Amino acid sequence: MPGPVQSIERAAAILRLLAGSSGRLGVGEIAQSLGLARGTAHGILRTLERVGFVEQDKASGKYQLGAALLHLGTSYLDVNELRSRAINWADALAARSGEAVRIGTLLDGRVLVVHHVFRPDDTLQALDVGSLLPLHATALGKALLAHDANAAACVRGVALEAFTRRTVTDARQLARALAQVRERGWAAEIEELSIGEAAIAAPIRGHGGLVVGAIGVSGAVERICDAQRVPAAKLVGFVRDAARAVSRDLGGSRW
Amino acid sequence: MVERYVMSIDQGTTSTRCILFDHSGRLVAVAQREHRQHFPRPGWVEHDPVEIWRNLERIAPEALAQAGATPAQVAAVGIANQRETTVLWDRLTGAPVGRALVWQDTRTDALVEELSRAPGAGIVTERSGLPLATYFSAPRIRWTLDHVPGLRERAERGEVLFGTMESWLIWNLSGGVDGGVHVTDVTNASRTLLMDLKTLSWDEDLLAFFGIPRAMLPEIRSSTETYATARRIFPGVRIGAALGDQQAALFGQTCFSPGETKCTYGTGAFLLMNTGTTPVRSANGLLTTVGYKIGDEPAVYALEGSIAVTGALVQWFRDRLGLISTAPEIETLARTVEDNGGCYIVPAFSGLFAPHWRSEARGIIVGLTSYITKGHLARAVLEATGWQTREVVDAMNRDSGLSLRELKADGGMTADNLLMQFVADVLNVPVERPMVVETVSLGAAYAAGLAVGYWPDLQGLRRNWHRAARWVPSMDPRRRESEYDNWRRAVERTFDWAKPNKRD
Repeated sequence: MPGPVQSIERAAAILRLLAGSSGRLGVGEIAQSLGLARGTAHGILRTLERVGFVEQDKASGKYQLGAALLHLGTSYLDVNELRSRAINWADALAARSGEAVRIGTLLDGRVLVVHHVFRPDDTLQALDVGSLLPLHATALGKALLAHDANAAACVRGVALEAFTRRTVTDARQLARALAQVRERGWAAEIEELSIGEAAIAAPIRGHGGLVVGAIGVSGAVERICDAQRVPAAKLVGFVRDAARAVSRDLGGSRW
Repeated sequence: MVERYVMSIDQGTTSTRCILFDHSGRLVAVAQREHRQHFPRPGWVEHDPVEIWRNLERIAPEALAQAGATPAQVAAVGIANQRETTVLWDRLTGAPVGRALVWQDTRTDALVEELSRAPGAGIVTERSGLPLATYFSAPRIRWTLDHVPGLRERAERGEVLFGTMESWLIWNLSGGVDGGVHVTDVTNASRTLLMDLKTLSWDEDLLAFFGIPRAMLPEIRSSTETYATARRIFPGVRIGAALGDQQAALFGQTCFSPGETKCTYGTGAFLLMNTGTTPVRSANGLLTTVGYKIGDEPAVYALEGSIAVTGALVQWFRDRLGLISTAPEIETLARTVEDNGGCYIVPAFSGLFAPHWRSEARGIIVGLTSYITKGHLARAVLEATGWQTREVVDAMNRDSGLSLRELKADGGMTADNLLMQFVADVLNVPVERPMVVETVSLGAAYAAGLAVGYWPDLQGLRRNWHRAARWVPSMDPRRRESEYDNWRRAVERTFDWAKPNKRD
């Protein structure tokens, strides 16, 4: 069992100090109060600022608790912000793959579609932003389930609905599928939600690697999969590239 | 070597971008560089033309490198540019005469006031299709001639050249002092106040009215034709197109038939409707402008309506009121309520543009009651963009006798689903977003590719256009009417607010 991480203890102390203060505090005051070297305190403050837990006042250079701390219990990333940041990458994914693109986030045990780009063939398609999809029977849902402990908790002990005869309804089978998603870094669904349809998705990560959503393509099985009914490697590559590009824009660059 | 790409240069107000597109109209590489904004006095806005040229020298090779391409693989380059910004330079040294005077610059207001009272002022709108205003190039040329000693004489001798940004870049690309080609395209020329909209040539009477020597003006050419072959930055690449940025967006959205309309939603918004091969005069405060001219074909005209404040209202809500921390959060906040709660915001921050043209109007928030929350205000912010679009579209329908059947939208605000749905609802037509949102750059690339046969015809370009999203109207007609009535009453309440400054 590894010992406590010193810098996290110090960060927690800084947050407690700021929370107890009536106004803003300067680096010097913080370092002095906690018996830290000024440089050490400054480094920790900069990191906390990066994740939104503290804010620096531009005029005085002093610190206070950040807005992100106040919203810690609610959504990490505004879904409209996510769409706005991802829109160019989602368009590029649709153009390269020739398939419809969706971005999903977790909402009350289901996948909320926050962005939808039409399949670029100019057929009549309806915008389905705002619709809710099942977690266990979609590629987007599996990408979220595999990387998000909260999402995984949503399906634990719940009877999984069968949409087709291929829908994974057995908890152990689903767990194995999710382990594979984590290992490969992408998820797929072949005729598990509706007959003749398949999908590929990959997780979108924000600061610190936290999964904030998933992006993927969906379409007819014969276009999404190769002759062996395996998701086409080229499409998987496109989806993963798009997910990485959005993640990079959101500050989750190491993934 | 196979020509794989078309290059576009978007010389915009804040930055210059260089993008490479492939044959399917897909974006392959992007390089961008911002330039400095100079504000030497209140109301003065300037750019350094040399800085902009140097930026192009950096970003074009950068874009080529990203794609792993050589100039030999580029079929042609097209230029889209910020319109009306005025550059004067010395033909012999290539050095600019001071900085470029930007389209936002209002230093010519007293001059314009004086000119509008001068005999013959009536011909300005009649011939150019535009109102006599500080917005356009001619007063800026005149101002510079009046303020730089000896400049007029040099201009008359042909030693000083005028151009908008595309002229400056083409002249430099094609050799500069060493044989540079001095040209402009019809869309840019149509924004100077000096071109006859029907003949598409410089008008002697307008030149006399503004006191501008003909010798300094570029030759007016089509929007798509090979003006020259580049001798600098990317030697050997044909320069195949130039268009004002909003016209380039119209082209990039493939609005090639009369009635087809695009709206670019940014800080402000620009609606352009293709009106076919005859210029349509506006009785409703819109501008008549050239949309594009392909080679030897007849010019295609457009009606233009500009809205001063759209995205800027969201920025104001974020930065000045601090009710949201990022612009997209406006949608989240607006969705916390069902409707506007009876509240309307008219963002007449510096008066109202089309179709009202009330410079003395100022912004208001009306319908406040104790019931109103910040969610209602957020709704009212988004709805203001919708209703302003509706007003311009109504004016366009009246002027053109055409009726809008769908709106092709682009720009950053198209990421806002609530807004796009609202625009569809209040216009009562579908709103579509194209898959390539960089419509300005795409339009310049399309035009250049067309000039050199990289793309065969307009039909080929249309096939490249793909719909990324479509919003269908779903508002109850009675509600649409009563809400529009409320909006119009709110607009009336903004009029006659600002009083003329006594000091002037």
